[in-house]
Amino acid sequence: MSRSDDIWILGIHMTKFGKHPNLDVVDLGAEAIHGALADAGVTMADIGIIAAGNLLGSGSIAQQLQKQVGQTGIPAYNVSNACATGATALRTVIMAVKAGEVDMGLAVGVEKLAGAGLLGAGGKPKADNDEWARNGRFGAVGPVDGRIGTESMPGVFAQIGMEYGHKYGGADFELFAKISEKNHSHSTLNPLAAYNKAMSLEQIMNDVMIAYPNTRPMCSANCDGAAAAVVINGEKLKTLSLEQQRRAVKVSASILTSDPWQEACQVLPDVNTLTRNAAHQAYEQAGVGPQDLNLVELHDCFATAELVHYDNLMLCDEGGAVDFFESGAPYRDGRMPVNVSGGLQSKGHPISATGIANIWEVCQHVRGEAGDRQIEGAKVGLAHVIGLASACGIHILERSAA
Amino acid sequence: MSTATQIPFVEYLNLEPTPHLVANECTSCGARYFDRRNACAGCFNTEFTSVDIPTEGVLRSFSIITFAAPGVEVPFVAAVIDCGGTSVRANIINCPPDPEHVSLGMKVRLATTVVGTDSAGVEAVNYGFEPA
Repeated sequence: MSRSDDIWILGIHMTKFGKHPNLDVVDLGAEAIHGALADAGVTMADIGIIAAGNLLGSGSIAQQLQKQVGQTGIPAYNVSNACATGATALRTVIMAVKAGEVDMGLAVGVEKLAGAGLLGAGGKPKADNDEWARNGRFGAVGPVDGRIGTESMPGVFAQIGMEYGHKYGGADFELFAKISEKNHSHSTLNPLAAYNKAMSLEQIMNDVMIAYPNTRPMCSANCDGAAAAVVINGEKLKTLSLEQQRRAVKVSASILTSDPWQEACQVLPDVNTLTRNAAHQAYEQAGVGPQDLNLVELHDCFATAELVHYDNLMLCDEGGAVDFFESGAPYRDGRMPVNVSGGLQSKGHPISATGIANIWEVCQHVRGEAGDRQIEGAKVGLAHVIGLASACGIHILERSAA
Repeated sequence: MSTATQIPFVEYLNLEPTPHLVANECTSCGARYFDRRNACAGCFNTEFTSVDIPTEGVLRSFSIITFAAPGVEVPFVAAVIDCGGTSVRANIINCPPDPEHVSLGMKVRLATTVVGTDSAGVEAVNYGFEPA
């Protein structure tokens, strides 16, 4: 058994995102695993641990997948952390590899979400003729969703963006729609995106309103998909071929945070503080600053969310997210390309796959293998996810020096 | 005049003497919670006292919800109100649900609305905020 503090992605794979009516979660997850193993040039015999996530599934996805790709008796961790599930699976494997318990590990996230409706909202209504009875920690006599604000994801994240506008000004419906226009435009170069058609600002603003100011194309696209990654430590990597060493991507930072208490977090989830905390830790661990990044994949679950994360990830000065966007910086030809994959709004958001798929995107660029959408000369990139409740995963990835 | 018995929709709404919200305030750090807590999420203290929340505030954020769970009337305005330093989640009521009538920073005040009546004739009264 080898051990080193250096952690690398040896192989990584993302399936086509979209509708896969003939594949179940196990088929999709197995496809991602086979892709990642082939990319790494290893087999299940080399893998010492597996961590897997499938948020909407029945559980034990790791063992279900082992039965399709190889039951080797290794420890299997089933993880669940809302939209940060994939990043949490990866982080789990990284901790095991870094601790020296295994040389190599496998993380996978998979979701079947095509055709799913509005997420987050709901509650059980009172049956007719019943007498009022108090339920839950608010002692409510009926569902609070829709009667005391909203629990629907588009509405929650709309308020997160609007709150930024209240604090700093300049954020209006048109600005948020322009962010979405950017990501839909980026997706035209991504053959694995669920949607890869450009949309005009007018089309986006005139589409169905879901939760003002988020219209339908400004919301993350529910779709099917999977992603998987093989993690290895630096010592073991040195024993592999020069080609494997050359294509391996260094994990310069791997951070997971939860939301610390803030005054308003009981009424509106605070996705800002935990992201800022994670970003601080990630930059320190990697020894890089935001100015060193060549691309960023951030959690644009809604157009309103992308804006606040420019600020939270310190891609701009505090309060400067609107100016940052309007400067053209986050476009693929700008000085800090953000979501060149198309982001969750058009690449899609199969929940548990997202936190590994964003890392796959960054790996493609730092390896110089991103094809038509390659950010030229990319050496360092950052991948960020938020799971509401809340969890934040940030990984910083760097090109191999080999 | 109605003779119906009324109860608040949630336990943290007090209808008497005039409708207002009541929070559990941590006796150590002053953090306020509308639900019951085993301990303060900010400082872990386990003692709380009841405090009345101001009924006037400022609209800090909102969204106009057009798609919601079955049984919820749409469109409606979901909002966060700053009531003298305590953040409150509520719907904006007695106001057209459109961006021309709802704006960030507008002053609002607590108002009540009847949610429904049960088989015993008891009305459940909810709160919202209306333009002040």
